[in-house]
Amino acid sequence: MSGNLPSAARIVSITEENVRVKTLVLNARAQAQPGQFAMVWLPGADEKPFSIVDDHPLTFTIARVGPFTQQVHALNVGDRLWWRGPFGRGFEIVEGNGAHLLIGGGYGAAPLAFLARRLRAAGRQVIAIIGAKTKAELLLEARFAAMGCTVVVTTEDGSAGGRGLATDVARDVAHRERVATVYACGPEGMLAAVERLCAELHLPGQVSREGYMRCGLGVCGSCHHGPWLVCRDGPVFTVG
Amino acid sequence: MSLDLSVDLCGIRLPNPLVLASGILGTSAPLLERVARCGAGAVTTKSCGPAPRAGHPNPTVIDWGGGLINAVGLPNPGVEAEVEIIATAIEQLAPLGVPLIASIFAETVAGFAAVAERISTANPDLIEVNISCPNVTAEFGRPFALDPASAAQVTAAVRAATTLPIIVKLSPNVTDIVAIARAVEDAGADAIAAINTLGPGMVIDVESGQPILANRVGGVSGPAIRPIAVRCVYDICAAVSVPVVGIGGVTCGRDAVEMLMAGATAVGVGSAVYQGGPEVFGHIRDELAGWMQAHDYASLSEFRGIAHER
Ligand SMILES: Cc1cc2nc3c(=O)[nH]c(=O)nc-3n(C[C@H](O)[C@H](O)[C@H](O)COP(=O)(O)OP(=O)(O)OC[C@H]3O[C@@H](n4cnc5c(N)ncnc54)[C@H](O)[C@@H]3O)c2cc1C
Ligand SMILES: Cc1cc2nc3c(=O)[nH]c(=O)nc-3n(C[C@H](O)[C@H](O)[C@H](O)COP(=O)(O)O)c2cc1C
Repeated sequence: MSGNLPSAARIVSITEENVRVKTLVLNARAQAQPGQFAMVWLPGADEKPFSIVDDHPLTFTIARVGPFTQQVHALNVGDRLWWRGPFGRGFEIVEGNGAHLLIGGGYGAAPLAFLARRLRAAGRQVIAIIGAKTKAELLLEARFAAMGCTVVVTTEDGSAGGRGLATDVARDVAHRERVATVYACGPEGMLAAVERLCAELHLPGQVSREGYMRCGLGVCGSCHHGPWLVCRDGPVFTVG
Repeated sequence: MSLDLSVDLCGIRLPNPLVLASGILGTSAPLLERVARCGAGAVTTKSCGPAPRAGHPNPTVIDWGGGLINAVGLPNPGVEAEVEIIATAIEQLAPLGVPLIASIFAETVAGFAAVAERISTANPDLIEVNISCPNVTAEFGRPFALDPASAAQVTAAVRAATTLPIIVKLSPNVTDIVAIARAVEDAGADAIAAINTLGPGMVIDVESGQPILANRVGGVSGPAIRPIAVRCVYDICAAVSVPVVGIGGVTCGRDAVEMLMAGATAVGVGSAVYQGGPEVFGHIRDELAGWMQAHDYASLSEFRGIAHER
């Protein structure tokens, strides 16, 4: 009868990934699939969904975009953070010949880093396309490289890597290399482009969507996307 | 032997007695259609008020172990947008033969009448009048369902504002639910739904020493409240002649049988969606049918209300 109440965890390390993004490592463990999320709570502040970026120890990578993430960014090592989860359907590692093509836009790179580690541990070839508006917002590209992924960086303003959209780079890669599956996480516009790309190239794809989430438990209906709930049927959805 | 699970609720046919309770998944037409395809006999929309509302900040819903506790705070797009959602939903539900119940709330008696009138233009099969949300007292004051006179006033105002059948949804958080049930029946309710969530209750995080819900208190639902819901339905059914939608803690076929034996005409299912997903409706329906077969019942009326016989 203990339910699924938030549990408190202490922050054991904080890494500044870029101007807007910090990675927080907690003294807690979960059993999670890449792509699953947790509801992160600060008493008196708010509770919001964040992708689990590592489950052992539990890790979140959080972009400062508004009031709640501002308060999370103000925390120090030793402070506490509350979480419940993991929730939702994560990425499924699909068999198949060829490279696993990861497309991350903005902080969408965070859950893909977790996936990349699982794929590399299983001996798969991984190509990670990391896109951002500008160089200062690129995320985790060094971490992907350290895992042995082929990393392609692209920015909308050309301040790092090639200039252009991650999905355009993905199309080029898919023309050159044999691709087993496409996995993507990022803004809705990018995911729509990934869906079109998968349809065009007849590639199986999995995209991690966002939704306006309240309960995280599949009851309140806030995060509906068509007939689906992002929190329960997603956040990872199959496309293509 | 052929099995008939269908129900007549105020002249509306439900293919089976299971009703999606208000506030669970009722936020969009595609979701309502999905719940119907999963096996619900009727679907209720999330309660809608006169104007858009953001609801309470998070945390809003917690699994505390015996069920859920929630203070979502009635977020809704407002009646103008809701009319569109309902119109689309009705079109998608029609081929499935699953009726739609439009749930409404307001802060004032006149507000209830206005929302009822506007929502009627979308032509839902029934209107459910939510006078029993325990989570907005800070803004709205005590729910109308806590007092027979106020409950009757809202019922009469909605009755005058629409020709559609109206269900009035009652709160268990009263000393005498039968008095409220009689008052709304006398004021023109075509049916009664019972119960809304219990409480309010509170769950405190023992690490921070703070209540977990941002609203601090919230309504309790799920298995923990089922015995109270069953007793409320039993008492109401003994006292009124209008049909009752029995809601509270139903998660399986056995629980639905229990509600029907207490006298319910139809059975609401809400929190069970948390564990079972929308598919829970098909599971409960099949378990109910299996139970009826095993007990040689061909229709629900053969055992409805039998708990009252002794
Ligand atoms: C399944 C899931 C996984 C997520 N994983 C992560 C993660 O790993 N890391 C992370 O940093 N965030 C993640 N998010 C997004 C995060 O939950 C939101 O950014 C959160 O609402 C921020 O709260 P806030 O109070 O700081 O800002 P809010 O007040 O909620 O938002 C501030 C401003 O940012 C805008 N905004 C809100 N959410 C987003 C968004 N997702 N993208 C772009 N703009 C937005 C709002 O429109 C608003 O203008 C995830 C969301 C979901 C649904
Ligand atoms: C998250 C949540 C939101 C709810 N929202 C509403 C609502 O908007 N209107 C309403 O009449 N009842 C609402 N309820 C109450 C349910 O419809 C139902 O009466 C109650 O939860 C008991 O049934 P259950 O145990 O099957 O959940 C809500 C319940 C929950 C759990």
